[in-house]
Amino acid sequence: MLANDLAILTPEILLAIYAMLALIAIVYTGKDAMARLSLWMTSGVFIGLAAWIGLSGQGTNIAFDGMFVDDAFSRFAKVTILLSAAAVLLMSQDYMERRDLLRFEYPLLIALAAVGMMVMVSAGDLMALYMGLELQSLALYVVASLRRDNLKSTEAGLKYFVLGALSSGLLLYGASLTYGYAGTTLFSGIIEAASGDGPMSLGLVFGLVFLSAGLAFKVSAAPFHMWTPDVYEGSPTPVTAFFATAPKVAAMCLFARVVHDAFGGSVGDWQQIVAFLAVISMFLGAIAAIGQTNIKRLMAYSSIAHMGFALMGLAAGTALGVQAMLIYMAIYVTMNIGTFAFILSMEKEGQPVTEIAALNSFAKREPLQALAVLVLMFSLAGVPPMVGFFGKYGVLIAAVDAGLSWLAIAGVIASVIGAFYYLRIVYYMYFGDDRDAVDYKASPVLWGMLVASAAIMVIGVLNFFGIEAPAAQAAAALVN
Amino acid sequence: METILLFSPLIGALIAGFGWKFIGETAAQWIATGLLFLTAALSWTVFLTFDGVTENIQVVRWIESGTFSTDWAIRMDRLTATMLIVITTVSALVHLYSFGYMAHDENFREGEHYKARFFAYLSFFTFAMLMLVTADNLVQLFFGWEGVGVASYLLINFYFRKPSANAAAMKAFIVNRVGDFALILGIAGLYLLVDSVRFEDIFAAAPQLAETSIRFLWTDWNAANLLGFLLFVGAMGKSAQLFLHTWLPDAMEGPTPVSALIHAATMVTAGVFLVCRMSPIMEYAPAATTFIVYVGAFTAFFAATVGLVQNDIKRVIAYSTCSQLGYMFVAAGLGVYSVAMFHLLTHAFFKAMLFLGAGSVIHGMHHEQDMRNYGGLRKKLPVTFWAMMIGTLAITGVGIPLLYVGFPVGFAGFVSKDAIIESAFVGNTFAFWMLVVAALMTSFYSWRLMFLTFYGKPRGDKHTHEHAHESPTVMLVPLGVLAIGAIFSGMVFYKPYFGSQESVDKFFGIGQKGEAHAYFEPPQLVAPAYAATDTDDHGDEHHERDQKAGEGAIFIGPENHMIHEAHLVPKWVKVSPFIAMILGFLLAFQMYIRRPDLPKKLAENQWPLYQFLLNKWYFDELYEAIFVQPAKALGRLLWKRGDMGTIDGGINGLAMGIIPFFTRLAGRAQSGYIFTYAFSMVIGIVVLITWMTLVSGN
Repeated sequence: MLANDLAILTPEILLAIYAMLALIAIVYTGKDAMARLSLWMTSGVFIGLAAWIGLSGQGTNIAFDGMFVDDAFSRFAKVTILLSAAAVLLMSQDYMERRDLLRFEYPLLIALAAVGMMVMVSAGDLMALYMGLELQSLALYVVASLRRDNLKSTEAGLKYFVLGALSSGLLLYGASLTYGYAGTTLFSGIIEAASGDGPMSLGLVFGLVFLSAGLAFKVSAAPFHMWTPDVYEGSPTPVTAFFATAPKVAAMCLFARVVHDAFGGSVGDWQQIVAFLAVISMFLGAIAAIGQTNIKRLMAYSSIAHMGFALMGLAAGTALGVQAMLIYMAIYVTMNIGTFAFILSMEKEGQPVTEIAALNSFAKREPLQALAVLVLMFSLAGVPPMVGFFGKYGVLIAAVDAGLSWLAIAGVIASVIGAFYYLRIVYYMYFGDDRDAVDYKASPVLWGMLVASAAIMVIGVLNFFGIEAPAAQAAAALVN
Repeated sequence: METILLFSPLIGALIAGFGWKFIGETAAQWIATGLLFLTAALSWTVFLTFDGVTENIQVVRWIESGTFSTDWAIRMDRLTATMLIVITTVSALVHLYSFGYMAHDENFREGEHYKARFFAYLSFFTFAMLMLVTADNLVQLFFGWEGVGVASYLLINFYFRKPSANAAAMKAFIVNRVGDFALILGIAGLYLLVDSVRFEDIFAAAPQLAETSIRFLWTDWNAANLLGFLLFVGAMGKSAQLFLHTWLPDAMEGPTPVSALIHAATMVTAGVFLVCRMSPIMEYAPAATTFIVYVGAFTAFFAATVGLVQNDIKRVIAYSTCSQLGYMFVAAGLGVYSVAMFHLLTHAFFKAMLFLGAGSVIHGMHHEQDMRNYGGLRKKLPVTFWAMMIGTLAITGVGIPLLYVGFPVGFAGFVSKDAIIESAFVGNTFAFWMLVVAALMTSFYSWRLMFLTFYGKPRGDKHTHEHAHESPTVMLVPLGVLAIGAIFSGMVFYKPYFGSQESVDKFFGIGQKGEAHAYFEPPQLVAPAYAATDTDDHGDEHHERDQKAGEGAIFIGPENHMIHEAHLVPKWVKVSPFIAMILGFLLAFQMYIRRPDLPKKLAENQWPLYQFLLNKWYFDELYEAIFVQPAKALGRLLWKRGDMGTIDGGINGLAMGIIPFFTRLAGRAQSGYIFTYAFSMVIGIVVLITWMTLVSGN
C-alpha cells in the first residue's frame, strides 16, 4: 500500500529530493559560483516534471487515504505552476547576475516552494493543505528578502512574513473549527458533514469563512490584499515576477479545491464569500492602480484585479466556472511573464527603473518592443482581439450562466475603469514626451519571452493552444 | 444580355467616379455616356423581343440566413421591360444633354473637377434604378430604392456650396425616410406572414393574405389591406404624393438634367411601379386601393393648384410632375395598372423633355429661373421653343377627340391621360371630377409657362436678354429624340396598354403559357388583327379570365373589368378632358397674351387665395411647426441636457471626480504600516462573518 501511495507522490518526492541534494552538493562545492548551473538545472527539472505530469498522468489517484489527490485538476495546476516557475527562473538569470543577486539557494528555494504548491493543489485533507501552504510560504518569505542589504527588500520580506503568519493563524483557526464541527480533516468527510439536511451548522460556516480568509490572503484578494503592493515593490523584480505567477495559480487552485471538494454541497454559502471577494478585488485593483507611478506596484494592483476576475469564475460554482477560472489563470500567467520580462529589461545607467514615466516615447526607440508591450497591455485590459478578452469573456459567461449577472456587470464596469491605467502605459510609450527616457537592455531570453508572450496573446485567439479541453477535463474532475 | 444591361451603368459610374484621374474628365464622361447608350439599346431590344412570359435570371445568391433567402436576380416581365426603356432612354439622353449643360458651371471654382463626378452620380443612379425595377424580391427592390435615394441626395446636393441645395437634399432624404419606414414595415410584414421576400412566393400567397388578419398598433387589421397600405406609404414618399410631397419642389435645387432624369421621369415613378408590381396584393386590398385613389386624386388637384401661381420655371414643372404622378396613382389604385404604366411611359418622355427644355432656357438665360424675367424668347431659342411646345401639347393632352383609327389620334399625354380619366369615371366619380379639374389647371399653367417664357415682351435684365442664346447641338439632340416620344408614344403604345383586356393580357404575359411569342413582331408594330377586333368587340362579351396571382407581370382580379368598362363610358366623359384643356388654354391666352395686366389684378383681388397657393397651401410652414421645431427642440434637449449634461457630465464626473477620490482613499489606506494591513484583514473577516451569520444561519 505504501509503495502505491508513494508512487502517486513521485513527482513531489523527486523534486524535494532534488532540492535537498542539490543544496548539499552546492554548499560543499562551488557555492555561488554554481548559482547559474543550479538555476538552469532547476528550470530543467521543472520542465521535465511538467512534461512528465502533463503527458503521463491518468485518471484520479488517491494516496494516503484521501490526503493526497492526483487528478486532472491537480495535474493542470501543476503543469501551469512548474512551467511558469521555470520561465520566471530563466528570466531572472541575466537580471540577477548583473546586480550580483544570483545566489545558489534562490533556484532551490523556488524548487521547495514549487513542492509546496504541488502539494497544495493536490491536497485532499486540511493537514495536507496546511503543510503545502506553509512549505510554499516559508520559501517565499525568504526569497522576498533575498536582497539582504536592501531596506525595501528586507521590509517586504518581513511584512510578508508577519501578515502571512496572521493569515496562517486565520486559516488554522478555520481548519480547527471545521475539524471540530465535521469531526474529520478529510475533505470527503467535511463535505458529508456540510451537506446534511438543512443549513450548514454555524460552526462550519465560521470555519469556512476563516479558511476563505486565509486563502484569500494567498491569492491577494481584497480586503486581504494589503501586503501585495509593498511586497511586489520591495522584492527584487524577478521575485516579484514569481510572486505574480506560480503562487497565484497554486493558491487559486487550492481555493477551488477547498470550496468544491470540502464544501461542494453548499455552493450557496461560499458563493457569497467568493463573489464578495471578487467584486471588492476587481474594483479595488482597478481604482487603486490608477494612482500608481511605479510599474511594479501597478502590476500588484493589476494582479489583485485579475484575481477578482478569476474568483468570479470560481463564484459561479459550476464546472464551467472552474474551467473559465483555469483558462483565465493560464492566460494571466502568460501575460504576466511577458510583462515582467519587459519590466526586467527597463533600466537607466545600469540601474533598474520602475517608474512608469520612464516609458516616455519608448515606441520611437524600440518600435517592436513597444508593439509587444502594447499587445500585452491591451490583453491585460481585455481589449477584444487579444486573448485576455476571451479570458474575461469566459468568466463573465460562467457568472451569467450561474445567475450572477450583477457580478458580471460589476466586472465589466471594473474592467472599464481598469483599462485606464493599462492604456496610460501605452499612451506614455507612444505619445509621451522625450524626457526621462528609459534605456532598454534585453537579454535574448527576456526579449524572446516578451515577444513570445505578445504573440501568444494575438495568435492564441485561434484555439487557445488547445488548453480548453484539458481545462474542461480538470474542471470536470473537480466538480462532480 | 440582361446582366450586361444591368451592370454597364455601374461600370460606367465606377470608371467615371474613380478612374477619371487616370483617363481624364472628358474620356470618363464619354465612357459613362457610351455605356448608357449601350444599355439603352439593349433595353429596347429586350422590350421589343420580350415574349411576355416572366423570367427569373439569377445573378448571385445574396443573403442566406435561416429561412430568409434572397437572390440577386433579375425578374424580367413586362413591367420591368417598360421601366427599362423609360429609365435607360431618358438616362442616356440626359447623359448626352449634360455634356452641354454642365460644360461651364459658375457654382464651381476655376479648375475644379466636377463633371466626371456628375456623370458618375448619374450612372450610379441609373444602376440603382435598374436594380429597383429588375428586382425579383423585396429586399433587392429596397436596395435599389435606397440606392436611388442616395443618388438623388448626392445630385440634389451637387452644388454643395449652396446652403439651399444642402437643405433641399436633406429634406428629400428625411421626408423619404418617413415613406421608407412604412415600406420596410410592409416588407417585414410580408416576410412575417409569407416567410419569403420573393415576389413569386408573395404573389402566390396573396389570396391567403386577404383572409389573414394581423395585429399592428394594438388593432387587428386585414393583412392585405394593411400591407398594401404600408407599401403605398413607401411609394408616397418616393413619388411625392400629398403629405410627403414637400421635398420634390425643393429638389429642383439640383442641376436641371437631374430634375429631368430623377425628379420627373424615373425615380419619382418608382412608387407607381411599386404599386403595379405589387398588384396581386393590391387587388386583394380594396381599402388600401381606395386610399390610393383618393391620395392620387387629391395630389393631382393640389399640385395643379399650386402650379398655377409659381414663378420659378422648374417649380412649375415640378408641381406638374407631382400632379401627373397623382394621375398615375389614381389609375393604379383603380386597378388599371397597365394604364398607370402607360401614363408613366408617356409622361417620362414629355416631362423629361419639358425639363430639358427648361434647362435649355435656363442655360440660354444664364441661370435665370424666374419666369417673370423671361418673355419673347421664341426668336432667340427657336429649337427649344418648338421642343417646349411639343411638350406642352403633350402634357395638356392635345388630340382629336372621338376619332379612332385603330388608335386615338393625339399627343402622348392626350392618349394616356384620357385613358386614366375614363377609367376614373368608371371607378370613382369623385376622382374623375378632381382629375378633370386638374386637367384644366394643367392646361392653364402649362400655357402660362409657354406664354410667359416665349411670348410677349422681354422682361427682366436687359443684358441677359441680349445675350440669350440657343443651346449647343448636344443639348438639342436629346430634345428632338424625346419629342418623337412625346408625339408618338401615346398612339403607338395605346393598344398594348389600354386597347382591350385581351391585348393588355397578351402584352403583359397573362394566360400565355406555352404559346409565348414576342408581342411586337418587327417591323410591324401593331398587329392588324387586334385593331380589327377591338373596335367591334367592346361590350359584346365578358371575356372570361381566370388569372392566378403571380402569373404575368400584373394581376387583374376576376372582378376587375375596368379596362373593358372604361371603353364604354359616355361620349361626354371622353370629351371632358379635351374641353378642360381648351378652357385652360383660353384662360391662359386671355390672361397672359391679351390682357397681361389681368393676373396682377386677380392676385390683388383674391389676395388670401393667391398667398395660400403661392405658399403651397402652407405645407412647409405647417410641417415646420408640427414636426421640425419639436424635433429640433427634442434634439436640443437631448443634446444639452441629455448628452452634455447627464452623460458627459456623469462620465466626466465619475472619471475625474469620483474614481480619483477612491484612488486617493486607497492610496491613503496603503499606509505602509503592518498594523493597518492587519486591521484591514480583520475588518474583512468581521464583515464576512457578520454577513454569513445573518444570511446562512437560518
